Order: sequence, then C-alpha cells, then structure tokens
Amino acid sequence: MKVNQSALNNPDIVQNPNLSDWISIENDGKILLRAGKVELGQGIGIAQLQIAADELDVSIDGIRMIAGNTDISVDQGYTSGSNSVQVGAMALRQVCAQVRHLFLTAASHILNTSIERISLKNGIFSAPDRDKKLSYLDLASTVDLETPATNVVTVKNPTDRTVSGKSIKRPDLQKKLFGAGFIHDLEIEGMLHARVIRPPSYAASLINFDGAALAAIQAMPGVHTVFVSGKFIGVCAIREEQAIAAAKTIKQLAIWSESDNLPIEHAEQSWLRTMPSQDSVVDSSSQPLDHAIQSIEVNYSKPFIAHASIGPSCALAQWSAEHLTVWTHGQGSFPMRRELANLFDMPAQNITVIHADGAGCYGHNGADDAAFDAATLAKACGYPVRLQWSREDEFGWSPHGSAMSIQINAGIDRLGKIVNWNFQVWSHTHVQRPGMAPGLRCLVGIHRDPPAPVLPWTDFALSAGGGGQRNAVPLYDLPNRQIDYHLISESTLRSSALRALGAYANVFAIESCMDELAGLAQVDPIAFRLNHLTDSRARQVLQKVAEQSDWTPNKKTSSQPGATKGRGVGFARYKNNGAYCAVVVEIEVTDRIILDKIWVTVDAGEVIHPDGLINQIEGGVLQAASWTLKEALHWDTTRITTQGWDDYPILRFDETPAVLSVQCIEQNDSPPLGVGECAAGPTAAAIANALHNAIGIRMRDLPLTPERLAEAVMQA
Amino acid sequence: MTDQALVQFTINGQAVEVELDPQTKLVYVLRNDLKLKGTRFGCGTGNCGSCTVLVDDQPAQSCDIPLWSLSGKHVTTIEGLGSIETPHPIQDAFIDEQAAQCGYCINGMMMSLAGLLKKTDNPSDAELMAALDRHLCRCGTHMRILNAARRAIATLKEARA
Repeated sequence: MKVNQSALNNPDIVQNPNLSDWISIENDGKILLRAGKVELGQGIGIAQLQIAADELDVSIDGIRMIAGNTDISVDQGYTSGSNSVQVGAMALRQVCAQVRHLFLTAASHILNTSIERISLKNGIFSAPDRDKKLSYLDLASTVDLETPATNVVTVKNPTDRTVSGKSIKRPDLQKKLFGAGFIHDLEIEGMLHARVIRPPSYAASLINFDGAALAAIQAMPGVHTVFVSGKFIGVCAIREEQAIAAAKTIKQLAIWSESDNLPIEHAEQSWLRTMPSQDSVVDSSSQPLDHAIQSIEVNYSKPFIAHASIGPSCALAQWSAEHLTVWTHGQGSFPMRRELANLFDMPAQNITVIHADGAGCYGHNGADDAAFDAATLAKACGYPVRLQWSREDEFGWSPHGSAMSIQINAGIDRLGKIVNWNFQVWSHTHVQRPGMAPGLRCLVGIHRDPPAPVLPWTDFALSAGGGGQRNAVPLYDLPNRQIDYHLISESTLRSSALRALGAYANVFAIESCMDELAGLAQVDPIAFRLNHLTDSRARQVLQKVAEQSDWTPNKKTSSQPGATKGRGVGFARYKNNGAYCAVVVEIEVTDRIILDKIWVTVDAGEVIHPDGLINQIEGGVLQAASWTLKEALHWDTTRITTQGWDDYPILRFDETPAVLSVQCIEQNDSPPLGVGECAAGPTAAAIANALHNAIGIRMRDLPLTPERLAEAVMQA
Repeated sequence: MTDQALVQFTINGQAVEVELDPQTKLVYVLRNDLKLKGTRFGCGTGNCGSCTVLVDDQPAQSCDIPLWSLSGKHVTTIEGLGSIETPHPIQDAFIDEQAAQCGYCINGMMMSLAGLLKKTDNPSDAELMAALDRHLCRCGTHMRILNAARRAIATLKEARA
C-alpha cells in the first residue's frame, strides 16, 4: 500500500474539506458523486466515474454524478489547465478511499468481524463466515461523512484497480448522438427566447436608440421586452426566430459612435512590442561557458485566435422571488456564482448555478458572458429566458487567445551545445475569467448603466501555470539563460484563456529555434534535442516518436514532381509539470502545406481512460494544425472584421492527414498528468520544421497559409 | 402579426401540420415546436453543417430551409434515423468508434452520411469526403469520424451480402 502524500496538499481538498462535500449515499442506494470538474467535451465525466468506481468498489451504474451544481457539487474552481485529472481526480480518489475505509469499518462492526475479513465487491460488503450482506445504503446511517478528508487512508495499489485504465464508452455520447443532451436543448416552462445586441466595436458607445426605434421593435411579432441599459441591449420574445428578427432590426436601427483605437493589424504582430509593458523575469541562470561560435536572433509570432466552438454560447436563467438559478456551460459554476452575486448585489447563497453540457469549450469563451446576459434579461422581462449568442457575437465579443510575439537570441559552441539562450515574449493576458479577481469582469457589467469600471488584469503567475509565459522556460538544459515576459496590460482585442494559453506560441518558438540551431550545428534535430535533455521521460518520448515514425537522421524524403516532402519534430512537457508530448509531422508542400502523416508519443503517467486520452491528443493535434495552417482573427483600427466561418476558415475533412497515430507510454506507478493541451505547441513546431525540411524555408509567423507561403518563397 | 400559413409535411414518417409564419426556418420548428432537439443550431448561415437533416432523402441545412418550402415533403431527423434502443448502423458505428469529443457537430454529419447511403450503397472515399465537406468539427475528431463512417459503410455492405 502506498501513502498518498499529496492528498492534504491538494487544493481541491483544502477547499472542500469534508467527505460529505464530495459524496453521499442516496435513498435509492446509489452513491452521489458531487463532482466539481465538468464535462466540456473532453470526456472528464467518465474518468471521474472510473476513479470513484475503483476506489469505492462499486459499478459505474451504482454512481450518480452531479458536476458543477453549486447547491450540490464541490467547488473545484475552474475546469481548466489540464488539471482535472492531475489535481481534481486525485482529490476525488483520496476522498473515495477514505469513504470506502469508513464503510468497511462500519461493516466490520455490524458483522462483528475484523476489517481485514470484510470483502467489498460491487458495492456489497460481506465476510466469509457471515450470511448477512450489507450495501452502502444499509451502512449509511452508521457512517458519518461529515468527517474531514485526510490522507490517513491509502488509495488502492495501481494493480488493484479494475475500472481505471479501461476505455469505457462515454455515457453522455449515448444520449447526445440520438437527441437532446446539450444546454441548448433545455427548456423552462414559460420561458422567453432572448438575444443580445452588442456594440459594433469595443470602444463604441450608443448614441441613439430612441423612442421611435424602440417602439418599432416593440411592435414586431412576439417581442415581449426590449431592455436597454447603457450600451447593453437585449430583447426577449415568445419565439426564438422572433427574438433573432428583433435583434437584427435593432442592429440596423441603433446608432453608435465608434473610435479607431485599435492597433494596425500586422502579420508579425509587431504592434505588440510598441505598447507599454509590465516586464518580469521568468527564469534566469548564468554560468561561464565557452563563447558561441555561431549565434542567431530570430522572431516568431502568433495572431489572435478564436475558440470558435461549433455550438454558440447559450444559457438559461430564472428568477423566483429573491432566488436566481442559472444554467451554464461555463468552466466554473462557483466563480460564476461569485460574479453573479456581485453583478446583482445579492448574497451568493440566493444563487444556484447549474452546469449543463455545451459544445467544445477550449477555454474561456462566450459561455460565461451568455450566462450573465441571460440572468440580466430574465430579471428585465420577469420570465425565465433561454439566451443564445450568434456566430457574429462569438467572433466579435468572446474573449480570444492573445496575439504573441517572441524574440530568441541563442548561440552554440564548437561542440554544438547551446551556450546562451535569451527569450523575450510579449503578450496580452491569458486570464480574464469572471470571479477570479475583484470587481466585475463580465460584459454586461461593464456595458450596463452605471457601468462597472474596466479594471486592469495581470496574468497567471508561473506558479499557477503561467499565461503568456506558460512553457516559456524550455525543458532543455540551458545553463546560460534569460527568459523575460513583457505583459501588455493595455487592452486591444479582448483576450483570455484559450487551450494551452501561451504554451502554444512559446513551444512553437522554442522548438522552431531548436531546429534552427540544430541546422547550424549540423546535427539531426532529434539528436540535437537529446544532447540538451537529461530528463529521462522527456528523452524517452523523443526516442519513441523517432522509432514510431521511422525517423532517420537528416533524412530528406525524396521529391516528387510538383510536390516536396518534409518531416519535422516538436516536443514539450506541458507547463513543465504535465504530460510529455513529442510529435513528428510529415508534409507535402505544393502551393500549400498538406498534412500527410502525424505520429505522436505521449507520457501522461497513469492513464485512467486510454481511449479518452488518445481522443484528446488527436483533437489537440488537429486543432493545433488548424490554428497553425489557417487561423487568425482580423480587425481594422475600429472593429474586429471577422464575423463568420467564411472569414475564419478552420481545418476541413479534406485537409486532415492520411495517418494520425498516437502512442502512449503508460506509467501506471506515476501520477496521471493532464493531456488536453500538451500537443498544441509541439504540433505547430513540427509543421514549421517539416516545411523547412521540405523546401528550406523557415516561416516564423503563424498561420502558415498558402498566401504567406507564396510570399516567403518569393522572398527566399 | 405576420401572416401564418398551414404547412403539411412528414417528420420521421409521421404527418405533421404546422401553422406558423411561413418564413420560419425548419431548425426552429424542429427544436422548439416539435421538440426534436437532436438537430443542432450552429451558425444559422449554412456554413457548419450541424443542423443537417434529410428532406426527401437529400441532406439539407435546416437553418436555411423556410417552412413554406416543406409542403408535402418528407423530413428525417436524427431521431428518425434510430433510437437508443434501436440505433441505426451509422449511430452504432459512431458509438463503437467513440467518434466524438463534444459531439455537437456529429448528428449533422450522421445525417449527411445517411443521405449519402440513400443515394449509393457503396460510396467511395472521395464520395464520403464530398459528403462531409460542408461539415465543420472544432474538436479535431475528424479521423474518428471518418473511421466511423467507413465502419458504417462496411457494416451496411455486409448486411446486404
């Protein structure tokens, strides 16, 4: 038996100290799992069930899970940062182990035998020489779950787990692929359909939406309420299409004054470096080493990119007397409740926030704001409302992943070792989540009259995973290094967490630069990386991906007429404490980059749900390939000009690779590590490195579109 | 008030009469009047494919189809394709492959695939790609979706043999 030393340090247990916060026994005999981590399309639901089923020795069917309901569930903060298994589920495992032990003890008393003689199978407690069999329900009245969670009880040995490690089919898909299953499908009796009409640009103010215009809207079919406060406009109607029609007409009639206060969009994101910044040292070390015999100064960038979920943001809200209930697909029901209490100046205990599954989330998208919009309009119209954003709202007003700019100065000695490494990164914040900082942060809060002040943001500290500086520190052994973060606190486009945060651009830059240095040293890119890596798990994923992809040092794949092949590698350990991931990409270059084959090796420690892990990696790779090859938000000096899918193409079926092969190095004795975000940066770098391998052209500004490629070829 | 019109058509084999503004898009009629929530609204501009249903066995985007145009037509939604108890082989294949992450876009894709299989028993990979071309998936589940589609095609082929 192993003692789980980390349990008491687990922040989720500190936040929810009693076993009863996490677990109770229902009258029908089911175990109620009050989970805090919510389903965002990433498949966390089944992983939590597996962990509980193992530790409690019950079948998955014997568990009822309610996640993200502020009246019932534990507060595990946001479901984000690939922490759900790494931190959240480990708290759950510890709690379940203790609950199991308490019930075993109770059973031993009732059966009058020693605890060692009690066997627990499928939720039934029995002893070899006793006829009586007991269930969790039978014992529930004798067990006090109002007991502090501790780490006194040990969790099961990995080899004793029978449910974890299996690819069990996800129960939620069983519903979703046949009919209802999303927040969008919920209805409340007597509800109205609501839409918001946002300003055309961030700095716009409403100058005229007068009596005549208002009256015209009020006269439209089905319109119940038009609510105007400051520059927040919302409409509620009996039918959904009536609300949409009214919103469209309001858009035509409302007159706004706008200003051109946005920087000029530029492919290299050079505007970022012209803005005032808060500078901090991320990491620094200096050792007397040989002088560099070859040095490079290189600049990389990524644009603003969108979450661009296929399902629009949606929420329902209902006021009854002084109580507010909100249904949301946001990532944090408890932080949302704090923001709602602040928004309506009411006690948090008078608010219930209930999680309902939305479409893929990928970070802080419009889900939260939709919930605040819904609560505001439900209050205004006096009825429950179902509110949904339009595609235009999503591109125009949802927070986006910040543009970033990176400069690297690095040099190698005559042995091909990196002797100096200077890394400078410029970015807006990657966290503007509601409920995470004092003051109101939601759109309706800063748009309504009187508006809440727009407060400055910092970014995640590196100890919290970092935002713009996430993965800015390479895992490589670089004795002489200087890594600085320049946080641009002045806002341009609204930015917040998008899958992998700063790690996507930082790893793209580091791993592109590693290839550039390998080229200078005339060493094979994988060998060059291994020459700078002592972490044995890191070395192993690189070695394994080389085997998996049949990597041959310095291999140049044979050219075909009109097309050139190339392959590239990328590697990172996510947040330097999460999963290890190495990606090899083989491409064909015509007038564009065509993905041909992709191999991925991952080490994520213990694997709870192997198929779920592979699914997350496949998705991480293809989403990052989409970002890398195609995606950028566009704006002029006044507005975001990206409005719909025509303006924001994403990866299509005919652009996917012929092969996408994921192999996982299982380490069931090591703690599980989150995998949702680990593939993003390595994929981007592997594509850019493959391009260089194919045609000798180094592209350092994302995305690598055909237009940019043509430009780069012309300049070469 | 806008003029209302009575439109008669069939949904999943059952005759329905709907009296509404004839410009009302089918997706709202399905979801809000007929409570068939398996058809997903995505963009409202016919660009993402989430809301795809079959109209007279042809895949069509229900966010773009006005009610008036449905008179006498036969509409099939995901609920008409199969149920949890008696899934269609396409649904079986998607479940077997766990070909979803969030799952929001999948029903539209399954309907396009159903439309393809109405047209041809044994579609080529190029025809499969063409059938899915209008569909967007943001989670990056493309490989599994293609695997599930190929599995469904193979299963139906075997069943005919």
